[in-house]
Amino acid sequence: MTEFATTTRSLVVERDMPHPPEKIWRALTQAPLIEAWLMKNDFQPTVGHKFNFRAAPIHGWNGVTDCEVLEIIPCQRLVYSWNASGDQAPDGLKTIVTWTLKPSQNGTHVRMEQSGFRPQDDAGYRGMSGGWPRILGRLEDVAARS
Amino acid sequence: MHSAPDTIFRTLADPTRRAIFERLAREGEQTVGALTSQSGVSQPAVSKHLAMLKLAGLVRDRPEGRLTHYSAEPQGLKPLIDWMALYGAFWRDRFDALENLLNRMDQ
Repeated sequence: MTEFATTTRSLVVERDMPHPPEKIWRALTQAPLIEAWLMKNDFQPTVGHKFNFRAAPIHGWNGVTDCEVLEIIPCQRLVYSWNASGDQAPDGLKTIVTWTLKPSQNGTHVRMEQSGFRPQDDAGYRGMSGGWPRILGRLEDVAARS
Repeated sequence: MHSAPDTIFRTLADPTRRAIFERLAREGEQTVGALTSQSGVSQPAVSKHLAMLKLAGLVRDRPEGRLTHYSAEPQGLKPLIDWMALYGAFWRDRFDALENLLNRMDQ
């Protein structure tokens, strides 16, 4: 029942932050600091290091993300994989997260790109954010479009 | 193994079938008899809908003696989750949290 396609899409979020790249780099690469804004983790700034992000599980997601550090250029570029974990890995997300820091006029331009979303990861089920009630509330819309 | 989104859409396009699925998701495990009593259609029709829901991975069954109990499969709708929309909201929220942290950090 798999209909794999070769095209993938990327998600980009970027923002200018009034802080120096060195400071932002620390927030991106020190485990306790990462936890303060992202998730519990066992990140280490070493290429090849495998680690997890852990969040509270919700319906349909076990809360665990499997990652591996792929590239590090201090204060400029950080790349890690961002994949579904455990029994959800075979059908789940397989993406790459790339952080890029560039000095800007008032601080740093921070860019995050998550790439590798496949069509089967995105069935147009807009606005769903976990839990049965919301899913059920939208079934009618979904059915109307089929 | 998850069904393709198209299969799930098609399966849930039928209002009676969708109602059965919603009831299982809201109220938990039930027998065909219990489902029939509120569905307004015959027991063989309910059984047929359940078979199609099961085929689409939306429902699972648990035999117990002569009765079979049906429940909604929590993983069944997973192929419909829009990861890009979810992660778009997720990262924008995390960017806010990152800025808050940076404001609290020493140089």
